Amino acid sequence: MPAKKTILHLFLVITSLLTVMPFIWMISASLMADGHASVYPPRFIPDTFTTVQYESLFSRLSVAQNLFNSIFVSLLVTGVSLIFNSMAGYAFAKYRFRGKNKLFNLLLSSMIIPSQVTMLPLFLMLKYMGLINTYMAILIPGMANIFGIFLIRQYALSIPDSLIESARIDGAGDFQIYSRIILPLAKPVLVTLTIFTFMGTWNDFLWPLIALTDSSMYTLPVALSSLMREHSKDPELMMAGSVITIIPVLAVFLALQKHYIKGIMSGSIKG
Amino acid sequence: MAPEQVRSRKYTVDKKKHEAKEKAGSRDLHSKAPFSVKIPAAYLFLAPAMLAIAVFFFIPVAAAFIISFTDFDIYALSSFSNLRFIALKNYLRIFNDPLFYRALKNTFYFVIGAGPLSIAVSLGAAMLLNSPMVRLKGLFRLFYFIPVVTTLVAVAVVWRFIYHPRFGILNYLLGFLSVNPIDWLGDPDWAMPAIILMAVWKNFGYNMIIFIAGLQNIPEYLYEAAVLEGAGWWHRFKSITLPMLAPTTIFVGIITMIGYFQLFAEPYVMTQGGPLNRTLSIVQYMYEEGFRWWNMGYSAALAFVLFFIIFAAALLQLRFQKDVE
Repeated sequence: MPAKKTILHLFLVITSLLTVMPFIWMISASLMADGHASVYPPRFIPDTFTTVQYESLFSRLSVAQNLFNSIFVSLLVTGVSLIFNSMAGYAFAKYRFRGKNKLFNLLLSSMIIPSQVTMLPLFLMLKYMGLINTYMAILIPGMANIFGIFLIRQYALSIPDSLIESARIDGAGDFQIYSRIILPLAKPVLVTLTIFTFMGTWNDFLWPLIALTDSSMYTLPVALSSLMREHSKDPELMMAGSVITIIPVLAVFLALQKHYIKGIMSGSIKG
Repeated sequence: MAPEQVRSRKYTVDKKKHEAKEKAGSRDLHSKAPFSVKIPAAYLFLAPAMLAIAVFFFIPVAAAFIISFTDFDIYALSSFSNLRFIALKNYLRIFNDPLFYRALKNTFYFVIGAGPLSIAVSLGAAMLLNSPMVRLKGLFRLFYFIPVVTTLVAVAVVWRFIYHPRFGILNYLLGFLSVNPIDWLGDPDWAMPAIILMAVWKNFGYNMIIFIAGLQNIPEYLYEAAVLEGAGWWHRFKSITLPMLAPTTIFVGIITMIGYFQLFAEPYVMTQGGPLNRTLSIVQYMYEEGFRWWNMGYSAALAFVLFFIIFAAALLQLRFQKDVE
């Protein structure tokens, strides 16, 4: 049935276009001069392409600092949490110790608690520690997370014990086994978790909004939202800000999308 | 939202496996348990993560619970001597607070409006992309998925302009269908539908991936048998696809609902909760009370009310799952 096939593909093409249209429009409007996006009927392609919005963002509004903040905290949180989570996940998978089940079940059941519950006390704690408005304020709640521990534990369970035993016979210590055997073998799950954590930290909004009070410390989403309040009459500038906020995280995703998709699927497919 | 979404499912599955493993482990305690004596190492590996979670998650949860029974405000922030224990007063106030009921109503409107809609769209997209007739599946999947990975604040900025009453693309396109311009975000009756539409666009790709995984798990012979018996498309969908997908759908339903109850950034960026508080969500109300007016006791109580709502709704869905099975 070639007709049916054509209609199906036509439908897919149209809906895909509708899905990505906001992005196309975002990029296009970001390349327009002031006032050119606010015309009727809407223009989809700029009359003349200009990078004036980007120049203005980087010179006048110090978006470079916000971009750096976003990159820095996302990498920092990803790096630290990857180490902490993989160590704990390995321990839960391959060691036997008292209270293991109870501890693990406690962790799992606490995943239902929404993060908003912890925000007030966390803010107060960091305030009294003098850490509000520092990179540490973003790192601290992200250092370890239960989902990451869980994901790594699941993967580590599939690594055969015999590998660890033979390493032990060869005289490897606990930390050597972790770093030389477990980590290299767990690379796929580590990549998945890296994307999840990086993107989660990059896209996070509520906590940075609370924990960062100075505009030079803002991450991109927070900077963009405050920009919005001051420059809401300047859509071209806002679009340029949105493009800058989206491009890095989109690049990371496109480069590693297979692992990310696999991560989502593996989270749901069993059972 | 992504990590949370994957979490909850594995929990139930894993618990069983985990217990089985433990039983097996204790049985051959004397024959082969090479790591059972290495207790100190296990604790060393656990220490950093467990310490971080205990200090920066469990203690704050307990603290929030205590704070919700106090009148913690800007004066208490400067000196704890101004802090008073007021028992259930915050909770009683919540139940007499018209603004809370407004936020509650809005949040439910969003969850009930956007939840089923985004699940339906996800399932539809997944089935389309699972059809053997479709070529370039990966490419289409990618297009549908891009909104999921992009920063919500950035896309909310764009959608705010798509919804612009005068220059927005949406009204322009609707003009071709001779629909009069709508002030999407300025009209109290249209603001929440507008936010729902954007949220569905932003999120459907995630559930689509999970549904694709679920669809691929349905054995092909079921469909072949149905075709042999002369079952039409609708019949196959109703009698094979839907029942076989029931566990996936419940899972998707729960994670979507938990995520949607935490609605915040969309209205915060697009409408600031307006017009006439018609898009004010529970989380935004919590944020405003806590971090704008520094009524932290009240804000903590709001957080716990949100938690109980989410908890109850998740239990309800799990109950429903049992009935289905």
